[in-house]
This record gives sequence, C-alpha cells and structure tokens, in this order.
Amino acid sequence: MPKIKINNLEVRADEGTTILQAAKEHNFKIPTLCYYPDLDIKSDCRVCVVESVGQEKLVTACSTPIYEGMEIKINSPRAQNARKAIIEMILANHDANCTACVRNTNCELQNLSDHLGIVHNRFETIYEKKPNDTSSPSLIRNHSRCIKCGRCIDACKTIQDISVLEFSGRSHEVEVGPAYHKDLADVFCTYCGQCSTVCPVGAIMEKSDVEKVWQAIDDSSKHVVVQVAPAIRVSLGEELGMQLGSIVTGKVVAALKMLGFTKVFDTNFTADLTIIEEGHELIHRLKNGGKTPLITSCCPGWVRYAEHKFPDLLENLSSCKSPQQMFGALAKTYYAQRESIDPKDIYVVSIMPCTAKKYEAIRPEMSVNGEDPDVDAVLTTRELAKMIKQIGVDFDNLREQKFDKPDEVTSGAAAIFGATGGVMEAALRTVKEVVEEKPLEKLDFDTVRGYEGIREAEVEIKGETLKVAVAHTLANAKKLAQDIRDGKSPYAFIEVMACPGGCVGGGGQPYGTTREKQRDRIHSIYQVDRLMKIRKSHDNAAVSNLYSSYLGDPSGELAHKLLHTKYTKRS
Amino acid sequence: MELEKVLERFPKEQTYLIEILLDYQKSKPTQHLTENELKEVANYLDVPESHVFSVVSFYSFFSMEPRGKYIIQYCRDVPCHISDLINVKETLETLLDIKTGETTEDQLFTLEYSSCLGQCDGAPAIRINDKIYRNLTKNKLQMVLAEYRGDHHA
Amino acid sequence: MLEKKLITKHIGVIDPKSIFEYLRLDGYKQAERMFDMSRMDIHDAFETSKLRGRGGAGFPVSIKLMAMAKESTQPKYIICNADEGEPGNFKDRYLMENNPHIIIEGMIIAAYATGASKGYIYIRGEYDKSIDVMKEALQQARQKRFLGENIFNKRFDFDIEIRRGAGSYVCGEEFALLESIEGKAGRTRVKPPFPTSKGLFGKPTLINNVETFATLPTILEIGGEAFAKIGTPSSTGTKLISLSGNVKNKGVFEVPFGVPMRTIINELGGGPLEGRKIKMIQLGGACGPVIPEYMLDMVIDFDRFEEFESKTGAGAIIVMDDRQDIFDVLKRVSDFFQHESCGKCTPCREGNLHMLKTLHKFFEKTATEKDLSLLETQARVIHQTSLCGLGQTAPTAVISSLHYFRFSFLKRIEDRLEEANYAEN
Repeated sequence: MPKIKINNLEVRADEGTTILQAAKEHNFKIPTLCYYPDLDIKSDCRVCVVESVGQEKLVTACSTPIYEGMEIKINSPRAQNARKAIIEMILANHDANCTACVRNTNCELQNLSDHLGIVHNRFETIYEKKPNDTSSPSLIRNHSRCIKCGRCIDACKTIQDISVLEFSGRSHEVEVGPAYHKDLADVFCTYCGQCSTVCPVGAIMEKSDVEKVWQAIDDSSKHVVVQVAPAIRVSLGEELGMQLGSIVTGKVVAALKMLGFTKVFDTNFTADLTIIEEGHELIHRLKNGGKTPLITSCCPGWVRYAEHKFPDLLENLSSCKSPQQMFGALAKTYYAQRESIDPKDIYVVSIMPCTAKKYEAIRPEMSVNGEDPDVDAVLTTRELAKMIKQIGVDFDNLREQKFDKPDEVTSGAAAIFGATGGVMEAALRTVKEVVEEKPLEKLDFDTVRGYEGIREAEVEIKGETLKVAVAHTLANAKKLAQDIRDGKSPYAFIEVMACPGGCVGGGGQPYGTTREKQRDRIHSIYQVDRLMKIRKSHDNAAVSNLYSSYLGDPSGELAHKLLHTKYTKRS
Repeated sequence: MELEKVLERFPKEQTYLIEILLDYQKSKPTQHLTENELKEVANYLDVPESHVFSVVSFYSFFSMEPRGKYIIQYCRDVPCHISDLINVKETLETLLDIKTGETTEDQLFTLEYSSCLGQCDGAPAIRINDKIYRNLTKNKLQMVLAEYRGDHHA
Repeated sequence: MLEKKLITKHIGVIDPKSIFEYLRLDGYKQAERMFDMSRMDIHDAFETSKLRGRGGAGFPVSIKLMAMAKESTQPKYIICNADEGEPGNFKDRYLMENNPHIIIEGMIIAAYATGASKGYIYIRGEYDKSIDVMKEALQQARQKRFLGENIFNKRFDFDIEIRRGAGSYVCGEEFALLESIEGKAGRTRVKPPFPTSKGLFGKPTLINNVETFATLPTILEIGGEAFAKIGTPSSTGTKLISLSGNVKNKGVFEVPFGVPMRTIINELGGGPLEGRKIKMIQLGGACGPVIPEYMLDMVIDFDRFEEFESKTGAGAIIVMDDRQDIFDVLKRVSDFFQHESCGKCTPCREGNLHMLKTLHKFFEKTATEKDLSLLETQARVIHQTSLCGLGQTAPTAVISSLHYFRFSFLKRIEDRLEEANYAEN
C-alpha cells in the first residue's frame, strides 16, 4: 500500500487509486464538477486540480493515480487560485441569474463558487442568451446555463446507448445537444431524463407541471386526485433532508393532503392490477403460442425506445397500460361513476420518479374519452419536493397518514415495481401460484433481484421451465432486444426498465442520484414489501372487488378497453 | 458522385468516417454536406447521427452550407501575417468583393480563413481547393483568380 | 559546413517519386539488414543513439520503442504524426514531398523493433501534395514487397495506411490524433493510460513525428554511438529547422544540434532584410516563446528549450524585424489558439478567449494594470491546468513576452494614461 502525503499528512492509499479516491478515503474534500461517480472520468472541467509537489503543472485529482511518496497539496495558493479562475471562467460563460433558476440553492456550480469564496468575477461576462428548447413534453434544455461538463452526454451515451446528446463544434463554439442543433422533440429522445439527474446546473430539467397543479388545486370546480408511484416513498425523504432510503409513505400522503389534493391514492393499486392483466396475458400467450418473449411495457422510456429502434418487436410488448395510465383511465370512468362526478371535473395528478411519464400522459391513446388526457399532470419527485418546500412543511415531523379508501389495499408485489426486477418478481408470484393452483413455498425470487445490468433466471412452473430475463438501462435493453430480433432470445418473459436501478433511479428522482443511492432505495423497497400484509397482487381483495363490481374478467372486454393500449412504429 | 459510390469504397468501420466525408464533400460542386447525407453515412457505419454531426461540426474542412466551386483558404498566422508583401485577407476580400466566410454571387469562390498552411517559406500563401499558391503579390493573386474564372467559363 | 545532411541527403539528388532512385542510394537497405539483426541489437542502437522525438517534446525515442516492444497485446500500431499544423513549421511537409521513402523505411524499422503489424501516416488535409507523394511511395513500396505480407521475404507483415486530417490543429496532439483516426472529433483523451499501453482502438500504439521516423534508418546505418557523437550530449543528431519570417532565405535546413540560432538566421537565412534589424523571434511555432534578439546566441538544444515549458523543439524559427508590434503578434497567436482549441477542457476553451480579449486591450492601448495582472492569471491558469499539451502551451508566447518584453506591456498602460490625461486637458 503506497504511502502518500496529503496536505502534509502522511496516509496510505490503495495502489491504483486516484488522488480523489485517496483524499476521500481520508476525509479530504476536493472540489469537483464534471466528475460523477457512475460516469466515465473525463477530467474536462479541471476544477479538481491539485498540486503534486515537484510538478510544475497542476494535476486533476479525478484522473491522476497516486504513487509511492507522492505529495499532494489540495489547498496550496497555486491550486486554489487556479481552481478559482476556472470557476470564474465557467461563470463568465453561464447565465448566472441564480434566483431565477430551478437549481437555486441546489446547484453544484453555485456551491463551488460559494465554497471558493468567489464574490467578484475577474472575467468579463461573455455568455449569450439563447432560446430554451421547450419542444419536448418532458424536458427543457437551457443552453445559456450549460457548462459543457459532458455528464449528460455520458448518461445518454454510456448508460443509455442512445447518443441523442453529443458535443458539437469546437473551441468556444462547443455545444451540447442533439445532432444539427435540433430540438429534443425532433430527434429520437426517449425522455428518460437521465441527463437531468446528472446535470450539475439548471441546464436540463423536467418541464414543470407545478404551476398547472396549483391552478387545479385552486379551482373549486375540479376534483383533484393524486396518485403516488411506488418509487416515490423511498426517495422523496432524501430530497427533503431525510436520510437516504427513508421510507416515507405515510408522510407523502400527509403532505399531499396539506397541499390540498382532494384524494390521495396509491399507484400500487393499479400496479397490482397491471400484474393481474399482464399475468393473464403471459399465461395466455404461453398457452396459445402467442408472441414471446412477452416484454413489460410499464416504462414509457422503454416503450418509446422500442417504437423507434425496434418497431419489429412491438408485438412482443405487453399490451397492458402502465400503472399510471390504468389509474388515470379508472379515475375517469370507474371512480367518476362510483363517486357520481362528471369525469370532466376530475383532475388526475401523478407523482412519478420519471420524466418520460409526462410524455406518456399526453400520448393520444391515453385518453378514455378520446379528448382529454386520463392523467392531467405529472410531477416528478423533485417537483413534489419543491411544492412541499413552497408551503413550508416540516416534512420530517409530519404525522403519517393512510391512502384514501376504499382502494388503499395494495400488495408488496406492487411495492417492488420501483426496483429493477420488481415487476418480474411480482408477475412470477402471481403467475406461478395461479397456474400451479397452490400457495407459493417461497415468495422471494432472489434470482431476478440485484443490480447486474442483465439478469436471467429459470423458474419452474408446473414442471415446466420458464426462462425469464430482467434488464435495466436502455443499453442493456438493446442487447436483449437485438437477440430477439436475431432469433436468439431464449426467454419467455422479459422486464425492461429504461433507468438504472429501475424507477428508483428514474429521471425524475433527486438530482445527483447515483448507483449507491439507487441501492439504498432498492433496499428500502424490499423492506416495504416485507412489511406488507398482502404480498401477492392476486391476493389484493380490492383488486378482485374491482373486477367483480366493474371490470368483469381479467383481459375481458372492459378491461381491454380501459387497461390495454397499442403501440406505433416511429422509425 | 453519388454517396453510395463513395461508401462502397470503404469498409463499414467508424475509422473511415472522416475519409468518407472528405471524399464525398470534395466530389460535390457545392462542397458541402447535407443532413440526409450525414444520416446515410451514419447508417452505413452504424454510428449515431449525433456522432457524425459532432465530427462534421468539429473539423473546419466540412461545411453544411453550400459553398463555391473553389474554396480559397488564406492563412493569417504569424509567418504569413508579418510577411511584407501584402495583406492577403484584405486583398482577397477586395478582389472578390466578399467577406471571409462568404461565397461570390456566381457561386465560383468561397473565401475562408485557414490556420497555418505550412507554407511559411513561401509566405503569404493561399490554398484553392487542393492547390497551393505561394509568395503572393496583388498582381499574382489577380492572375490566379483570373485563371480560375477563365477555367470556369471555358 | 553548417548544414549536416543525414536525412535530407537524398533531397535534390533523387526524384522523390521514384523508389528506384532511393534504392540506388542504398535506400531500404537498413530495413532489410535489420531482419538479420537481433531485436536486442536494434534497441541497443536506438538507446545508445540517445535519439529524442522530433515532434517538439523531445521524449527519448528508445523508451517508447522499448515500452511498445514489451507489450504483449496484439495488434500493435505505429503512427507517423504528419499533422504538422504548428504555424511556422513546414519541415515535415518538406520531408514528405522530397524524401517519402526514408519515412516509410523508418516506420518499417520501428514496426519490426516493436512487433507492430499496422501503421498509419496521419497527414493534415492541407498537405495535398504530401498526401499524393506519400500515397504513391507506399504503392511503390508495396510493389517491391517492402510493405504487405512477408515483407523483404521475411516472416513479418506490415502495411501502412494514410489518414487525412480535415482541418484541425489539435489533431497533432497524440490523443486527439488517435481519436481522429478512430473517426471521431479530435478531442483529447483523459490520461493515463498512455498510447504505448492503450492507444489506437485501445491497443498499444507508438506515435512519432515524421522526422523521428526518418532518422531511424540513419541510426542503423552509422550506428547508435556514431549518431550520438553528432550534436550535443543531451540532444544528439541533426535537426530540421523551419526558418521563416523576416529573413532573406526562408526554408528548411538540417543542422546538427548545438548550432546557435543567430548563426542559422544569418548564415543559412541570410540575415534580416536590407535596412532592418531583428526585433524578436518566435521559437517552435505558435506554441513557442517569443524571445528578444539578444537571446539569439542560444543554441538549438532540447535542454535549453525546456526552460520555456513548451514544445519548442520542433525546430521552427520565425524571425520578426523591427517593424513588428509584439501585441499584434501575440493577438494573432492567441487568435490561432482560440480558433483551434478543441473545446473540451475549461481553461483552453474559455481561457483563450479571455486572453485574446485582454491582449486586444493592450493592442488598442486601453489596458490597465488590472488587465496586466489578469493576463498573467489567464496565461498561468491555461498553462498549468489545461488537459493536453496543446492547451498547456497555448499561452507560452504570452508568458515569455510578459517576461522578456514586460517593458512593452507597462509602456502600453502608460500610453493609455497619457492619452487619457491629454484628452482631459
């Protein structure tokens, strides 16, 4: 183990580690900007420069490996001055109207500037205000705030293998964006939003529905209902200052009530419904020689990806709507009827960990009356946190409340939708038990859990082996899809989530989500499952009741009309 | 030349991207590349379109705007700049009656700035398409331009 | 004789387009002979020659060759860096146009010494003639079976492909060059790893300058020791000098290391133009220092160049006489870098623009003392923190001028004050 010196302190660090890693190990903080734990090391921004004694030039901590006897000075005047100048240069070419920025007080550049004590910029302001790209239903790109750190490009290229975002030009003309400087809506962007969670500043963010929702809440003619996705309850807490992975289900409900929503429902209910429908679809396809592998379709980023890149596989996609859209459809039919409210007066808001859900909500086929969207507004985790901060609620000290009746019953199977492999596991719990007509011996399907990009498992059902696979990130989904296209896929059922870790790592989750944070959230999600009284979707009496009182049979005519959808080739 | 014919000459490997673009652009009278052409190249090499655009927008030889039949590149780096013969930029702009970056009305010439052409021993120098002209005087420049104009009319 | 022609000895004697004429003067003989030598002996020759890279940085060639030879990963690549874009440099063009086969022979020698099977010559797109000449030379070498499979009838395969640049100075930087050959924009890479372990397509790669490869046959011909006796102890052999600017005879000259610059300028360059005096020179190119006339007794030597912390050693001398305004020159240099920065790292992308703006103030005589300190900060930060060598050396001209011509900077600030006073009164 090499011995090195950091700020005159002798420490040991692992062979092959970088200065940044070694410093972190020993509690020294080195400022960084383009560095992001899950992405490639770029060393482009040069903010993490430190002095390596004996070297005339400064070295970047993120990329420079340590060696025996190395002496590092993090805060020598030379290093500090250089760092300061670099931040000043970035600020000079950045729309630094901070109070008018969504990232105000939550901006990495602002924090750095504060930490380095920059109160006056020696460099002339040179940024040019350019129009924002507001073309997409999910994301807004603000060119004047982009600092060319390249994180979003990495997320788009390395994690998703989409490469919608790329550098163009050179020197001072370098820009980040789609080919030909086009708008996001004019290129093949899945709206997954991974770019927005890694952006250190306010250059890419969700298209906010906050104003719209406040308006609806204020409108006395509207009956405003809200649904909360499974992954929100394990991520909202940290955005509001609580510990990573805090389970805040009851507090979310309480906060939503305080915000003024008339009814607060759980998307987990329609997640259970999805399992019933999708489970039946799978059984039906297997029995009748239907198109396999069946691929899940609750992830709108993945659906859009498939429509563009694998239009030949659209028949493999489950025709089930996502839980968000099943909820929307039922809210404006079943619920309206039951509560005797004109569906036109019902305003459906969803809280989603996702930016693509905003796009899903406005897809024309997601409208039961063919005119209005079933889901009227979609808020990301970050937007909800903003609203809660706006009303000044002490979130941590809220008294927990329950979801509204009568559909508050949900299962653990629905809860795990938020983690990669969760939909698969939930479906397997139901399919195996329904087909075998005997209680499961073991509820946990450990083989489909975990964080590997692609996981496969064999499940015995009634003496037959069912081969299944789970993929998260579109880069991994692409591999499985390519195998199907090439006729090499051995699977009967595949779960795909576009974001790393599944919805816990969604594009609408708190800024700075990393693999480590995703793992914490996944851990909490399985804990939610374990604590549930009901852990299988088909054991959810409220769901059974919905079928018997309203929908009829699973996959029946009405179920098909309300809960299923179709896809469009887009390439 | 059709793009297809150019593509045929290269293996489907990203390493040939710049070679393909150079050859194809050169073959076009307008000396520029279009979005559709970039898309076709991207498909051929199986690389993202954003990548091809990234390359085209990076290298100064490529243009997505139509240009003249002859591209005149002048150098204004130190050896050419301090050469006592003439100010090439101003002389050319006057002779052609266009500014740098523009194309003459007859679509014959586009005037561009180039970084050092490596002809410092013959400064000042220009490059017209793939030919170099050195030790330029105003007189010599006029003759060179006349030659190209004549060539065009012939 | 001031000139010593080792790698240019064929020039003017043979037709560069004819491989036969090169062969007549014992061309390719060293490449052929090498197959009868042990690899150890070949490396010994290069090590004792103390040859240093001719691209500017002066890195010992044998260290790179040895590192490459030790790599077991296959395939390995040899790249000849002919992206000569540094203003004031044209010696590689001169070599390619006039003596193409000596470069190819050098590459074959390097390939055999390191076990590489594929070579690339990356030539800047502006060098149309060099590209044509080299292409034809490669074709001829292939016909003679000096390239291809079982070259020289030995069990060794090696072939060379030409890649053209498309108008980008930064592609002369070795990582940017690799990116460009891979069909990408020429934005440099994060380092480590270095090319000899992970270079082109992730494989071990040796990158050297045109002149370096051209020197290898001579070393095998006369032996490492004899080669080391030419030049100075720290800089052995000869150097091609690109002489340009305000002198009577501009051109490329091959001289042994250790010759004073003044001698080169006066004897080979014929001195300044009639009635003019030399004011300053820029050494190495745009990335090199601007130094005053009184320093011209400095000799051509890597170790002497190192004090400027720039890739001065490419061998360009741009002579500027008493008519030239240093701020006009600095503005041109800075504009060049502003135009050519790849835009990847902050200091080079943003800093060069700011530096240009500050220089403009000095040029326009509107600069203040604050601007002087700002210029110093800008130059220092770009130099110390840029990602690649090109960014790091972009402010060399400014840094050296601030040192040697500080008086001129202060004078400009004074001029401004005087003019302001005058206007007030």
